[in-house]
Amino acid sequence: MTTSPHVHDLGMPGTSIDANIQQAIADSVATQGEKQTALKAKDMKTDQEVRWCPGCGDYVILNAVQSFLPSLGIAREDMVIVSGIGCSSRFPYYMNTYGMHSIHGRAPAIATGLAASRPDLSVWVVTGDGDALSIGGNHLIHALRRNVNMTILLFNNRIYGLTKGQYSPTSEVGKVTKSTPMGSLDHPFNPVSLAVGADATFVGRAMDSDRKGLTEVLRQAAEHEGTALVEIYQNCNIFNDGAFDLLKDSSTGPMWTIPLVHGQPLVFGPDGASCVVRDDFGGLRIAETNQVDASEIVVHDATREDPSYAFALSRLSSQDLRYTPMGVFRAVRKPTYDRMMADQLEEARTGSPGDLGALLAGNDTWTVSA
Amino acid sequence: MTALEPSTTPGSSAPGGLAKSVVALDRVVIRLAGDSGDGMQLTGNRFTSETASFGNDLSTLPNFPAEIRAPTGTLPGVSSFQLHFADHDIMTPGDAPDVLVAMNPAALRANLGDLPGGGLVIADSDEFTPRNLAKVGYATNPLEDGSLDGWQVVAVPLTSMTLEALKDTGLGKKEAERSKNMFTLGLLSWMYHRPTEGTVRFLERQFRRKPEIAAANIAAFRAGYNYGETTEAFAVSYEIKPAPMAPGRYRNISGNQALALGLVAAGQRAGLPVFLGAYPITPASDILHELSRHKSFGVRTFQAEDEIAGIGSALGASFGGALGVTTTSGPGVSLKSEALGLAVMTELPLVVVDVQRGGPSTGLPTKTEQSDLLQAMFGRNGEAPLPVIAPRSPGDCFDAALEAARIALKYRTPVMLLSDGYLANGAEPWAVPDVEDLPDLSVDFATEPNGATADGTPEFLPYLRDPQTLARPWAVPGTAGMQHRIGGLEKADKSGNISYDPANHDLMTRLRQAKVDGIAADIPATDVDDPTGSARVAVIGWGSTYGPIGAACRRIRRSGREVAQIHLRHISPFPADLGDVLRRYDRVVCPEMNLGQLALLLRARYLVDVQSHTQVRGLPFRAAELAAVVQDVIDSTTPTASTGGTQ
Repeated sequence: MTTSPHVHDLGMPGTSIDANIQQAIADSVATQGEKQTALKAKDMKTDQEVRWCPGCGDYVILNAVQSFLPSLGIAREDMVIVSGIGCSSRFPYYMNTYGMHSIHGRAPAIATGLAASRPDLSVWVVTGDGDALSIGGNHLIHALRRNVNMTILLFNNRIYGLTKGQYSPTSEVGKVTKSTPMGSLDHPFNPVSLAVGADATFVGRAMDSDRKGLTEVLRQAAEHEGTALVEIYQNCNIFNDGAFDLLKDSSTGPMWTIPLVHGQPLVFGPDGASCVVRDDFGGLRIAETNQVDASEIVVHDATREDPSYAFALSRLSSQDLRYTPMGVFRAVRKPTYDRMMADQLEEARTGSPGDLGALLAGNDTWTVSA
Repeated sequence: MTALEPSTTPGSSAPGGLAKSVVALDRVVIRLAGDSGDGMQLTGNRFTSETASFGNDLSTLPNFPAEIRAPTGTLPGVSSFQLHFADHDIMTPGDAPDVLVAMNPAALRANLGDLPGGGLVIADSDEFTPRNLAKVGYATNPLEDGSLDGWQVVAVPLTSMTLEALKDTGLGKKEAERSKNMFTLGLLSWMYHRPTEGTVRFLERQFRRKPEIAAANIAAFRAGYNYGETTEAFAVSYEIKPAPMAPGRYRNISGNQALALGLVAAGQRAGLPVFLGAYPITPASDILHELSRHKSFGVRTFQAEDEIAGIGSALGASFGGALGVTTTSGPGVSLKSEALGLAVMTELPLVVVDVQRGGPSTGLPTKTEQSDLLQAMFGRNGEAPLPVIAPRSPGDCFDAALEAARIALKYRTPVMLLSDGYLANGAEPWAVPDVEDLPDLSVDFATEPNGATADGTPEFLPYLRDPQTLARPWAVPGTAGMQHRIGGLEKADKSGNISYDPANHDLMTRLRQAKVDGIAADIPATDVDDPTGSARVAVIGWGSTYGPIGAACRRIRRSGREVAQIHLRHISPFPADLGDVLRRYDRVVCPEMNLGQLALLLRARYLVDVQSHTQVRGLPFRAAELAAVVQDVIDSTTPTASTGGTQ
């Protein structure tokens, strides 16, 4: 079976979709014209009224994504956005693509089935810190280790918004919320550490309000073959306002933000006063640039196969967000699950094309004559 | 009998012209029992295959512990396999064995109670050591102390004879001992005139990478056969003629196998790729195993991280245009119920297979039960109706899988298929169908707009229903101009946009129910088996009780009484005429392996005074017991002269 010219080729030769699905797509093109890939941000919008709270960081992210996606050159029809439950998970309704607003925490599982059976599609998951890390934690780590071709956008606002303000698995210890009047007791996840620990092949982090930085991480994530996780710090102005001000404020942001640029030394802070060097135990630590030799400063390499470097990077930051690396932590190439699955099917077909009659009869039959 | 000897082996003819008589039987029930590590299931399956290829009708009942290897020689570690074969059409694995093969004292102790007086015990005398006897509380050896006087006992040193037969193979004692099940199979094959070529071929295939093991097993198998022929311990062998069957090509098949093949066939007949998302669980895992071998049919199998991801991935694949399937047992259905609700709401095709086992909670993983019916019907939040169907026999699992897929694809709905542990592992002869005779399940994907906006612009309305089926259009991602969003929030009629409108929710809730109810017009009328047409009592069942109920009805009819048998394939919705059919009878009895779940549904739906008869022993009903129950009902209903009413 050859891939239809109407199906967007995501650089996955050898995979094919089922003939009837392919035929349906060809029929739709015949009646409605070619799928358009020269798109603008407005083409990505739907007629649905966006219903987040005024001032929510989700608006900023939605605008950035709508502006960025057309640059991928993928038709809207070939994109699917799957979400779970929570404020961020309303995202699909506002995107003029195919979409499924599913159930709490399960979006990575649903997207896995879709992406594994339709390698021709560009599959996105939109989730939040509660959705992905609490109720859906299991699906997230398994999606990451499996490396199915999809991009997961994790909006982290460090709070439960849709249920009106309980602490989340990324809230700092001692968080006072409706459900924790004396302060939360449990230690938060660092989503990047978790993803790297699950052997994710792509892990990045961006800030909702940083259009340029967010777009750059999204671009690299979209181009990555395999599961990409992008943690997006997102302000909830109702229940956790100002959660990321330390990093956003022009006076403190540069001091505590470590920009990650592949191939560049990890130097940051006003006048490049701070830097990242190796510590005595194989990890990383912050140093003052003028106190160390230039050769000691770590040059960022997102392509390191061994995840311990990316993990060490993620551990530099504390719960209060000081020393937060932003950008792409890790981007390594590994075979994708959907590709390998398609290859196994192809290999099986080549070995012995399916003969249903022979399958039903099996190896041992006997015949009763009339 | 002809051509039943294994290939000529020195010493295979009886020395001294030992006279052996052949007794003709119409049916036999054999139970093989041993330690979980003794290979009783394999032995049983091989004997079944030999019997199937010989042409007997047959029915099997494997019964094994949940523990893979319970402590050796203990009662919890006993695994058994019962096979009923006959020269006529039979429906059950038999109420009680005629022959019990006990590989150790534990197997004897655990199974002797089921063997009627006079039945034959074949025991491996080597295993009846003081230590093994003590493990199961025998103070003295039952093979010698006279306690088995009510039965015929043949004590055979199966282990030492196996070792003797394999002494030149170079295998260690432990390894050689493991072939004693094949020695036993050989002996039984001689006793019942089974063809042996199939087993030899099987062993060669199974151990093709370990030819010395294959050779040892074949040698043990032949030694067992020859022992039967030469020993004075067995003076009689038995002949059970092939059963008359409809002309055609047959194979032996288990329920899980048939179900898996049905799913492959459904994908082929629908022209859709099959996607199975599943998490391993007893007794459903074999469906995953079987389907994972059929990639050449475009079948994708995904072993998910949990039950939820199993159904989630299947639903995601369905959204993409695949025939999404998930397979599990009751505990897994509990975990899947949230995603089932999403499948109901998003109205996507999905086949959910529940191979039921004893519950609640972890319950009895390897034992059969029918106690998930109400869970299948109602185990979701909100009004979440879905079709429920059930197979009646191992081979019928094939047709049930096709029917589940048909309904799922045509009506764009999740369908629950309720198999059970007995069907899953039980086996029977199955007439291999012609591919051309299988139903055409092809679907039409939506490829162009089906509506228009106020200004006349064409638009796609994902919830604009087919007026006949009430199914919504299925537009798969990649289709030009048909982008749409679905999800778990209530949908506005036609457009599918989020809607919190009270009237719309009321409408959509009723539409979802009406869609499922409407399937009643698309399924056959109630099938009533009432040979005389004048029975006053009907027995109604569903699922794997078909065999025992059918066998009970035959017994009842042989006693001169009349009874009607009704067995349901479709439970949601019921056949349209079911209420009228039930009301025709004075009494309706409903045997179930639960505490009366179908009876509850029937009583609620039709206001018929259904009499529930239940059992939850983890085992199928015994036909004789069922017959007695129904006979009592008949005799208290119709004081007919022939049988003499009891009241």
